[in-house]
Amino acid sequence: MRTSNRTIERCLTVGTVVLILALWYVLTIGGIFSETIIPSMKSVGQAFVKIVSDGYKGSSLWMHLATSMKRLLIAYGLVVITAVPLGLLSGYNSKVCAILEPVIEFYRPLPPLAYYTILVLWMGIGESSKLCLLYLAGFAPVYISCVSGVIRIKSDYINGAYTLGANKRQIFFHVIFPAALTDIFTGLRTALGVEYTTLVAAEMVAATAGIGWLVLDASNYLRSDIVFMGVILMGITGVLLDKLIRVIENHVVHWKGKN
Amino acid sequence: MNQNWKEQLYEPMGELLSVHNIGYDEELISIQDVNLHYTGQAGKKITALENINFNIYRGEFICVIGPSGCGKSTLLKILAGFIKPSTGKVELDGKKIEGVDWHRGVVFQNPPLYEWLTVRKNISFGPKMRGIPKAEYEELTDQYLEKVGLTEFADKRIYELSGGMKQRVSIARTLINDPEVLLMDEPFGALDALTRENVQDMTRKIWWDTNKTILFITHDVEEALLLGSRVIVLSKHPGRVIEDIPVNFSRRIIEENAKDIKFTEEFYKYRERLLRRIHEQTA
Repeated sequence: MRTSNRTIERCLTVGTVVLILALWYVLTIGGIFSETIIPSMKSVGQAFVKIVSDGYKGSSLWMHLATSMKRLLIAYGLVVITAVPLGLLSGYNSKVCAILEPVIEFYRPLPPLAYYTILVLWMGIGESSKLCLLYLAGFAPVYISCVSGVIRIKSDYINGAYTLGANKRQIFFHVIFPAALTDIFTGLRTALGVEYTTLVAAEMVAATAGIGWLVLDASNYLRSDIVFMGVILMGITGVLLDKLIRVIENHVVHWKGKN
Repeated sequence: MNQNWKEQLYEPMGELLSVHNIGYDEELISIQDVNLHYTGQAGKKITALENINFNIYRGEFICVIGPSGCGKSTLLKILAGFIKPSTGKVELDGKKIEGVDWHRGVVFQNPPLYEWLTVRKNISFGPKMRGIPKAEYEELTDQYLEKVGLTEFADKRIYELSGGMKQRVSIARTLINDPEVLLMDEPFGALDALTRENVQDMTRKIWWDTNKTILFITHDVEEALLLGSRVIVLSKHPGRVIEDIPVNFSRRIIEENAKDIKFTEEFYKYRERLLRRIHEQTA
C-alpha cells in the first residue's frame, strides 16, 4: 500500500514537470509569443550549448556557477557557525534573546536591496559586501528556527537532565542542541532558499561573474534564452543543494518522525 | 514489630492511622506544613496543596493516590525541587530542599528519554554528566541494563522501544545515580495491563532488593496497594492528606510469593476503603 502510494506520488511529480515542459513547448511552436517573451526550448538549449563551449563574457559557465556557489557557501558557512549558537542561546537564555531579538526583528522583513546600498557604502564593491548581504539573508531564518526549536523542547527533557545531575552548560550541549536539531535543519533549509533568492541582488553591484550576474547581464540585452537557461540552472542547483541538506539531515536526525 | 504490622492490617476500618515507626524508623524526608497556592484565572487565589505534613522514612515505598486534580503531581514536583512550596518546608536529611539535584531521582509519566542516544547512553547519561570515570559508568550501565532486563536492547534506539521498555530505561537511568529517593509520577499510567504488571513486578523487586525509598504517584488504588508499603490519600481541591495507612501486600507478594493476593478478602477490604475515601471526594 505504502509503496504503491509512493509510486503514485512519484508519477504525479514527474507528470507535473512533464506537463509544464509540454506547455512551454506548445506555447512556443506556433510563434504566438516572441522569443523575448517566451524563448523556445530549442533556443534555450542552444544558448546552453553555446555558453558551455564558449563561456559568457570572459568566463566559462562553470566559472560563473562556481563563483556564485563560493559566495553562497561561504556566507552559508558563516550563518551555520553563528546563527545556530546564537539562536540556541537566545532560546535558552531570555537575556540574550532580549538583546538580539529587536535587531533581527527589525532587519528581517526588509528587502535585501533596501540595505544593500548601505552595505556597499560601508564595505566597498568587492566580495565582502556581497557575502554580508547573503549572510544577513540567511541569518534570520536560522536564528528564528533555533529559538523556536529550543522553546518547543518539553520542560521534562530539561528538568529530567537536572535530576540526573547535569549542569546548565551540559544541558545546553547534550540536551538543548540535539533536541533542537530538527528545527535547526528546517532553518538551514529555509536559509538556503532565502540566500538563493538574494543571490541575484548580491551580484547586481560590480560583479563580473556569477550565475546571478549572468542572468542580470543577459536581461539587459533582452537575451531571454540566456536568462531562461540561467534561471533553470539556478533552479536545478538549488534543488540539488536542498537535497544534499536533506540527506545530511536524515543522517544526523535519524530519529525524526519516528516517535 | 511484625506483630504490629499484622494487627493494623486486620483493622483496616479504623481511624486514620499513624504509621510512624512501623518497620521504618530512619527519617529521610520531612514535609512540614506545606501549602501551595497559585494565582488562577481572574487573579483568583487557588490552593493546590493544604497543610501537608508527613515524614518519609528510609526504605519506604509510599504510594500517593487521589482524584485527578488533587495536587499529587504538584507534591512530587515540590519534592523534586521543580517548584517551591508557598509556605512550609521540605527537608531531606535535615537539609532544606532547594532546587533540583540528582539525589532525588524522578521518573516521569512520559519518560523524557533522549532520542539521539541509544538505550545504553541514555542510562549512562547521569553518571557521565556527573563526571564519573568512563570505565566505572560503563560497568554500572551494564549492571542496570540487566536489572531492568534490557541487556539485549542496549544498543537500540529509543524509537525502537515499546512503552514499557521506555519506562524501564527511565527507571534504570534514574537508579544508576543511586539517589536517596526515587520519585515516580504516574509512571505506568499509559501502559497496557500486561506491560503494567510486568513493570510493577520489576519496580517492587528493585525496591525490595535495593532498599530504595520510593514515592510513587498513581491514580490506581490497586496499583498503590500492590506496590506500596504505605498508602497516602489526598483529597480534592485543595489537596490534603485524608488517609495514611501502612500496607504489606507488596512485601507479602515477595516474601510469600503471594501472587494472587489481590483476590483475597483482605485486599478487597483495603481497596474498598480507599476507593470509598476517594469517591467521597469526587461526589
